[in-house]
Amino acid sequence: MTQKNRLASGGRIDHQRPLNFTYNGKALTGFHGDTVASALLANGVDIVGRSFKYSRPRGIMAAGAEEPNALLQLGATEATQTPNVRATQQDLFEGLVASSTNGWPSPENDAMGFVGKVGARFMPPGFYYKTFMFPQSMWGTYEKFIRKAAGFGRSSLESDVDVYDNINQHADVLIVGAGPAGLSAALAAAKSGARIILADEQSEMGGSLLDSPALIDGQPADEWAVSAIEELSSFDNVMLLSRSTVNGYHDHNFLTIHERCTDHVSDCAVNGQIRQRMHRVRAKWVVLATGSHERPLVFGNNDIPGVMLASAVSTYIRRYAVAPGNKLVLMTTNDNAYQAAFDWADAGHEVVAIVDTRANPSGACVEAAKSRGLKVIIGSAVIEAKGDKRVNGVLIAGIDEVGEKVTGSVEPYDCDILASSGGWSPAIHLSCHTGSRPVWSDEVIGFVPGETVQKQLSAGAINGSFSLESCLKEGTEQGLIAIRNAGFDIEDRSAPKTAPVNEDRAMALFHIPHTKSTSRGPKQFVDFQNDVTASAIELATREGFESIEHVKRYTAMGFGTDQGKTGNINGMAIAAKSLNKSIPETGTTIFRPNYTPVTFGAITGRNVGELFDPERYTAIHRWHVEQGALFEDVGQWKRPWYYPKAGESIQDTLNRECTATRESVGILDASTLGKIDIQGKDAREFLGRVYTNAWAKLAIGKCRYGLMCGEDGMVFDDGVTACLGENHFLMTTTTGGAARVLSWLEIYHQTEWPEMEVYFNSVTDHWSTATISGPNARKVLAKLTDDIELDAESFKFMDWHTGTVAGVPARVFRISFTGELSYEINVSANYGLAVWEKIMEAGSEFNITPYGTESMHVLRAEKGFIIVGQDTDGSVHPHDINHGWAVVDSKPFSFIGKRGMKRADCVRPNRKQLVGLKTKVPDAVIPEGAQAVNDFEQPVPMDMLGHVTSSYYSANLGRSIAMGMIKSGLSRIGETVYYPLADGRVIEAEICSPVFYDPKGERQRV
Amino acid sequence: MFYIYCPYCEEHREEEEFHASGEAHIPRPSDPDNCTDAEWGEYLFFRTNPRGLHHELWVHGIGCRKFFNITRDTVSYEIKETYKIGAKPQFTHAEEKV
Ligand SMILES: [Zn+2]
Repeated sequence: MTQKNRLASGGRIDHQRPLNFTYNGKALTGFHGDTVASALLANGVDIVGRSFKYSRPRGIMAAGAEEPNALLQLGATEATQTPNVRATQQDLFEGLVASSTNGWPSPENDAMGFVGKVGARFMPPGFYYKTFMFPQSMWGTYEKFIRKAAGFGRSSLESDVDVYDNINQHADVLIVGAGPAGLSAALAAAKSGARIILADEQSEMGGSLLDSPALIDGQPADEWAVSAIEELSSFDNVMLLSRSTVNGYHDHNFLTIHERCTDHVSDCAVNGQIRQRMHRVRAKWVVLATGSHERPLVFGNNDIPGVMLASAVSTYIRRYAVAPGNKLVLMTTNDNAYQAAFDWADAGHEVVAIVDTRANPSGACVEAAKSRGLKVIIGSAVIEAKGDKRVNGVLIAGIDEVGEKVTGSVEPYDCDILASSGGWSPAIHLSCHTGSRPVWSDEVIGFVPGETVQKQLSAGAINGSFSLESCLKEGTEQGLIAIRNAGFDIEDRSAPKTAPVNEDRAMALFHIPHTKSTSRGPKQFVDFQNDVTASAIELATREGFESIEHVKRYTAMGFGTDQGKTGNINGMAIAAKSLNKSIPETGTTIFRPNYTPVTFGAITGRNVGELFDPERYTAIHRWHVEQGALFEDVGQWKRPWYYPKAGESIQDTLNRECTATRESVGILDASTLGKIDIQGKDAREFLGRVYTNAWAKLAIGKCRYGLMCGEDGMVFDDGVTACLGENHFLMTTTTGGAARVLSWLEIYHQTEWPEMEVYFNSVTDHWSTATISGPNARKVLAKLTDDIELDAESFKFMDWHTGTVAGVPARVFRISFTGELSYEINVSANYGLAVWEKIMEAGSEFNITPYGTESMHVLRAEKGFIIVGQDTDGSVHPHDINHGWAVVDSKPFSFIGKRGMKRADCVRPNRKQLVGLKTKVPDAVIPEGAQAVNDFEQPVPMDMLGHVTSSYYSANLGRSIAMGMIKSGLSRIGETVYYPLADGRVIEAEICSPVFYDPKGERQRV
Repeated sequence: MFYIYCPYCEEHREEEEFHASGEAHIPRPSDPDNCTDAEWGEYLFFRTNPRGLHHELWVHGIGCRKFFNITRDTVSYEIKETYKIGAKPQFTHAEEKV
């Protein structure tokens, strides 16, 4: 296929470097320097998709970030599939594979197209909700069809092969946009030596200068831009980022820049290069030089392919040497757009007419048009475009001075391209991100940045200063102000010079009148991406939506990936007119991050796969892996869950591990338990304040279990604390609670009791802990130490001793979470693995058996020991879990939780209490979470008594065991409750003591 | 994302290093046992949630681990000041509280 719309020369493309690409499977050619959009237009591709709701054919309308229609799917392979790529912002590269994303089976012949024609009248706003939501059971069917027909692309089914990056930047001044204002600002600021970042979303910096016919300092504008960039790149303190969109302006001058590093090179990055990079910038001052977006006019059938923005026509000709058609009609409300007609004529094509909506335009451009012999029709408008898959004509009629009524006769004209301009909307998006409310300016006919809330300046078209002269002037001024505000000295500098242009006032016109009412006339589109029409907005206001924010939500205007860049102001104007209000009275337009869509890759950077979240390993981890352990995540820790042997089911493994521990000896890696070293002369008093029980008399060498509550009296952590010295304690916490507990201690010390002399330090990672548990534990340990007396008299239950284990200095705690004779052997983490291996060696004659967290849970449940967070949930206090023995109200200081657990609700009868549960059928295991009822035949909703918190099969007891909450459970021991399950079964259980094994606690004291 | 001056480290650091811990200047009653349920409930559960200036307790968790206070505008998110525990805020606008 030839590039039928390509001009023989000109533009900023390289005519000598052709590039091959495919679109919807068709092989096409473009040139180096093309965007996908310019290449498609060069090849005469009119239709790039079907519209979201009505399935109308849509073509390329714009040349930049504001393009609403040309969203393509890119990717040559499954792994490189990328949805929602804006063709106007994607550079062409050799081998690029693009396809349209809506339109089925193809955008040219679309099955849903009939809806747009036949069903149009029957699809008012809210249509999908009003129609397809009922009956709800059918939604799934509708949804499948609608999504298939109206989708905006798909993500890859495979992992992204590219590498993405995040980088933190600190800038003195960040300048957003490298058009005339941004370049002038950077030039003014560069010599200061300050750290300056100049970011621009396009592949080539220069913005409007790249397709401007003006002269700056005697040089053609595009050449001036090139030399300005050259000058800037000679400064080490200036970072130039092209293809880099500042997509979000967040609190405290934090801005994110989405840089596409290699998107323009190939389907996926090669040679280890980065695909995209997110710059996270903290800037002292920001200069927004983001320019403006041209507004299309709203008229009948304004969405037919071939209807474009006037400036886009200029851009395609001047930058890309593409003239997308032959016969142009231009409709404008302003002088600026005349350039499109001049460029069209200069490209050697026919200008059918310039239709100026103003009654008496008098700017220099009107004279220029006349002297070129171009037909100018004033006081008129294109009220309707004609054509099906491409514009083939227009209807032009005279309109009144305010643009509300058609006054003259309606004349048809032939054309194949229609350019329109309703003026320019300042690109205030980033300013809005900060929470700064934009203000309407009748002078500008648009919203401009209002009072700023951050260290933000703005220059050029964003302020409504549209002329090149004012852009250069404001850029220079604001660049100097920014650099001085950031604390740098710099000499004054005059702005680059350009000749002033005599421009006439633009007309504030948004919606072109038609001979028929809006609802009866042809469709007049406001938001192209979401298929929102002028009549839909009028309907919304008639249905009572008066705030523009409500109108937007009801019609979905501005909710596409283009965020209403072309449509929002027109929509507001139509709503305002319909409500008989002014635009500022209707509300204001608020843009939220992101300015243009950002890939998940750029956001997440390197934090994917293994680096998604930190993983914590104990010193013994490698050994567990070698033994074939399966792991459980506890917080960030990887804990061995169980150690299956060949052929074992999980229950087989648990039975083996639990039985071995009770009958001989088991070993557990307990290194992950939180350990906090507490020192200072007030350490003991401090413990008494944060724990519910007494610490005044705990002697050196002794350990004690403690419960920690919040001020509300609810249990939030537990653990054993050892007295290491008069002013020195070692606190253990739950594995998951370690950080929270440390922070809890600190906040009370720092904010409530700063007078106390006490210091906290996390030592969790300093120690490796091997717990040996079972009747043979003493025999194993005896083989490994000769300086710790192990007999029952010298080393009692709840004692701790220092000594040497396997030749390594150790702290040994005789505490037990299994109810068996247990020793927790703590050694410096560096020796952890070696000592563990020595213990395994010493224990082999006793069949020492490693067990994981699952068996640990079973063993402790056999003893009725709670796990905070499993048997408690933040709504139970110590008395609820029958731990009143661990609460000492007589302590002099009102410890944390004491007052809370005495609140009326905490002492009322009928609270849920933790009890044991014995199923009537011994091997029936009640699912955890199951709800108890007294009467399982009661109709729903049934009276629920409480849920099962822990439930296992116990091999040692040969039956199931469970703990659960039951209303007034402690006074119901021996009674029966029922657990009706989702599958229809009902499990009957007797309320009992939670201590199922060794109720007198003799085994741990031997 | 906030840029927060830690009054202990004496420099600005990224918000990622800090953690918010609720409203500041809510002292634990000195005699909890003699608080009524209403008084204890007030201490435990009720916060001012103002529109405008708000004094907040923050901690430099991934840093010096010190708690300190921030006076922040809940509308603009501007941080007016940060100050150590025990110090008084310079910015107070009781009338902005609703
Ligand atoms: Zn700090």
